[in-house]
Amino acid sequence: MSKAVEALLPFADRAQKRRADTFGMFVFLASEVMLFGALVATLAAYRALHPGAAGEAAQHLNLGLASANTAILLTSSLAVAIGAIAARHGRARICAGSLGGAIVLGAAFLVIKGVEYRLDFLERLTPRGGVLGEGAATLFLSLYYVATALHGVHVAIGIGLLAWTAIAVGRGRLVMPDRAESVELVGLYWHLVDVIWVFLFPLLYLARP
Amino acid sequence: MGREIGLRVAIWAALLALLALTIVLALAPLGPLRLVAALVIAAAKAGLIGWFYMDLRKADGVTRLASVVGVIFITILILMASLDFALRAGNP
Repeated sequence: MSKAVEALLPFADRAQKRRADTFGMFVFLASEVMLFGALVATLAAYRALHPGAAGEAAQHLNLGLASANTAILLTSSLAVAIGAIAARHGRARICAGSLGGAIVLGAAFLVIKGVEYRLDFLERLTPRGGVLGEGAATLFLSLYYVATALHGVHVAIGIGLLAWTAIAVGRGRLVMPDRAESVELVGLYWHLVDVIWVFLFPLLYLARP
Repeated sequence: MGREIGLRVAIWAALLALLALTIVLALAPLGPLRLVAALVIAAAKAGLIGWFYMDLRKADGVTRLASVVGVIFITILILMASLDFALRAGNP
């Protein structure tokens, strides 16, 4: 048995392996959707129990920085999508460059998020004993910090995956277009992190009274 | 390759336009409709990202099914929780 065929086992050919890999990635992404979905369900229950409290807390959040961050993540998704197209066409340098751009944008997202946390802290926007006192509005802040921090961890993991892929593509360890699938799979994860933010943004920042 | 990238750039412009729209609507006096509008726009953005960036338009049926299964289960979770809130005696 040749080495090329052995590398594909148990799949019959590359197309079948690719379908299976993509399907598997989407199953994993579904588990991520359910992780964040549970937080969204908690938020829905919280809003039903304490009408008005979410708005009271949400008006303290920094809408300007969060909007900028949304635009940054959407743009990084474009860069990753272009990277996948370049990979499919065997253009390794364009692919690595696009992924590099997405990494810079992802890092910018985290920096801005850090600045935002600092401003929140300076405004004493804390889940307990801060500017909102001890009422139901502070529960919203707990959800805000848990949801955005969990999302931030996902962005950090995504940056790591993109960096690993970009270096492997740039150095020719992942030969394009044969291994374009590797770029596509990492891209799927990055796009999902973007989609999660697309929902967190209105649920947290736009919940104004 | 140019046409493929052009399509993604057009989608990106649409996503940014939807972002601007959702911010404008959030500051408008729409009352309880505001949350609905924000979620509809978020779903539209997620649809564009899924269909064009995650290439679901070229995926096979079983992959598309896997892509919505998480959403389906979350919908069930929120629906059942809402029923509990609506029907249990003594809840607001």
